[in-house]
Amino acid sequence: MMVRNRSVVRRILTVDLPVLLILCFTLSPYLWMALTSITEKSRLFTDGPSIAGATLENYVRLFATVGFGRNLFDSFVVAGGTMLVGLGLAVPAAYAFSRFRFRGRRLLMLQFLLINMFPLVLLILPLFILMRSLGLVDTYLALIIANSTVAIPFSVWMMTSYIDNIPRSLDEAAMTDGCTRFGALFRVVLPLCTPGIIATGVYIFITAWNEYLYALTLGGRSIKPITVAIQTLIGEYQIEWGLLTAGGIVGAMPATLLFLFVQKRLIAGMTQGAVKG
Amino acid sequence: MSELSAPPVPLSRRVLPYAMLSPAVLVTLAIVFLPMIQAVWMSLHDYVLFRPRVFDFVWFKNFQTALADPVFWISLRHTVIWIVITVPAQMLLGLATALLLNQDFPWRGLARALVIIPWALPSVVIALMWVWIYDSNYGVLNDLLLRMNLITASIPWLANPDTALYAIILTLTWQGFPFFAVMILAGLQGIPKSYYEAAAIDGASNFRQFWHITLPGLAGVLMTATLLRIIWVANSIDVIFVMTGGGPGYSTYTLPLYAFVNARTGLDYGYGSALAVSFTLVLLGFVILYLRRAGRNIG
Repeated sequence: MMVRNRSVVRRILTVDLPVLLILCFTLSPYLWMALTSITEKSRLFTDGPSIAGATLENYVRLFATVGFGRNLFDSFVVAGGTMLVGLGLAVPAAYAFSRFRFRGRRLLMLQFLLINMFPLVLLILPLFILMRSLGLVDTYLALIIANSTVAIPFSVWMMTSYIDNIPRSLDEAAMTDGCTRFGALFRVVLPLCTPGIIATGVYIFITAWNEYLYALTLGGRSIKPITVAIQTLIGEYQIEWGLLTAGGIVGAMPATLLFLFVQKRLIAGMTQGAVKG
Repeated sequence: MSELSAPPVPLSRRVLPYAMLSPAVLVTLAIVFLPMIQAVWMSLHDYVLFRPRVFDFVWFKNFQTALADPVFWISLRHTVIWIVITVPAQMLLGLATALLLNQDFPWRGLARALVIIPWALPSVVIALMWVWIYDSNYGVLNDLLLRMNLITASIPWLANPDTALYAIILTLTWQGFPFFAVMILAGLQGIPKSYYEAAAIDGASNFRQFWHITLPGLAGVLMTATLLRIIWVANSIDVIFVMTGGGPGYSTYTLPLYAFVNARTGLDYGYGSALAVSFTLVLLGFVILYLRRAGRNIG
């Protein structure tokens, strides 16, 4: 019994405590922001953020006065649109990469990987000029296109790794049983990789939701995603930290919740390539 | 492959993969490669947005200007500092986190889920959160340091040219280390348990086990993750842009940020593109290294 106790104490000292410390480092900025957002405006600069006398005043103001609802909607349309475009193009491409061996396969796969490595700044300048000449600046389409530059290559790779994990023998069996290739795709492969499709879709959604520089450059007066809206709170209201932190909490919430929801599968898909490497 | 040798492959089957790929390939050609070529093309021109009629071909004048531009060299220096500190810091912290999360303890699942949160937050929120922490009047960091008597007066972390870059580096380390932790954790789970059992029977200490089994086992993951991270960290400008916008003065300019600010506020798209192209060339070595590693895995 003594030995057991000692090993538990040792574990707590060498594992639990260090983990707690790291979690403290990871979470405390976020918690500090949450605390600031519920502190009453008049008390913030005298007493500092505190849980006593918590108020939702900042959140009410965010939606009632600042009109955050509209920005949430814009972000939702852009992120949702990007997700549809990304998945719509990536799923067939990933199926081809996974199930066929053809000339140029390696080159094309590397091409998609290469795009992911391009500096955003190299794309953002010409894209702005391009959208301006097409008259697309300040439209949903412009932002969906810009976000797709990141979403398509990433989802092609991720979907390829998911489809690779579905045994080929399954769709071959379906085809011997009289299914056409497309029949096998829709009846066997797609249903089996639904979790993978969801994880990829969520990842695209989160990335597009969190994106800031494209939103700033290609958005404008009528389309203002949440990330830009949060940032503009600084200028308009002389850094009101209560309002700003409330905006941060609201803006981060959808992505964080979605992320926690799919994280296991998402991480499996993302780390697979690296672990093999 | 057997399908190539045996009965001739029908035409439809040979065309099918290309047909399925063509939408994704054509769209990326249109929205990625075309704009990229345009960026290179713009970098060879005099092109300032408030003089839209002027679009003169000037060969490499913009690049010569860059080489003679002190801000270009300052930005390049900051880019190097930025990468050389941030990536190793993220890696070491990530490695420590992964080793801990690989141990057995009751709330491991919860800890694993919570540690990745910074990764899912929007950069704007991260940036503003840390601006608030660093605030010189009401920031919690100064408050804590004052209470612990580590400093005697508040330090304006982001307004002081000597500390601003490092303050942002700390923020980016915070944002990026969970990525390393997750990657390394996956790598750790790939190392067979029997190696450790054998080493323990031979009387190897924990440290020797780490040095001779864990580290070699992680080499591949560490290499891939580091390359990926170098590219991402070098590219990421949103956190800097929101936190300081490059200031005070030029003290937090990195090369891509300089290119972006030049085009955005200076409206000089010719010079901005030239800076962006130069930065891409600087980064190209790492990109090629990464692609070669990734290319080996394509079956």
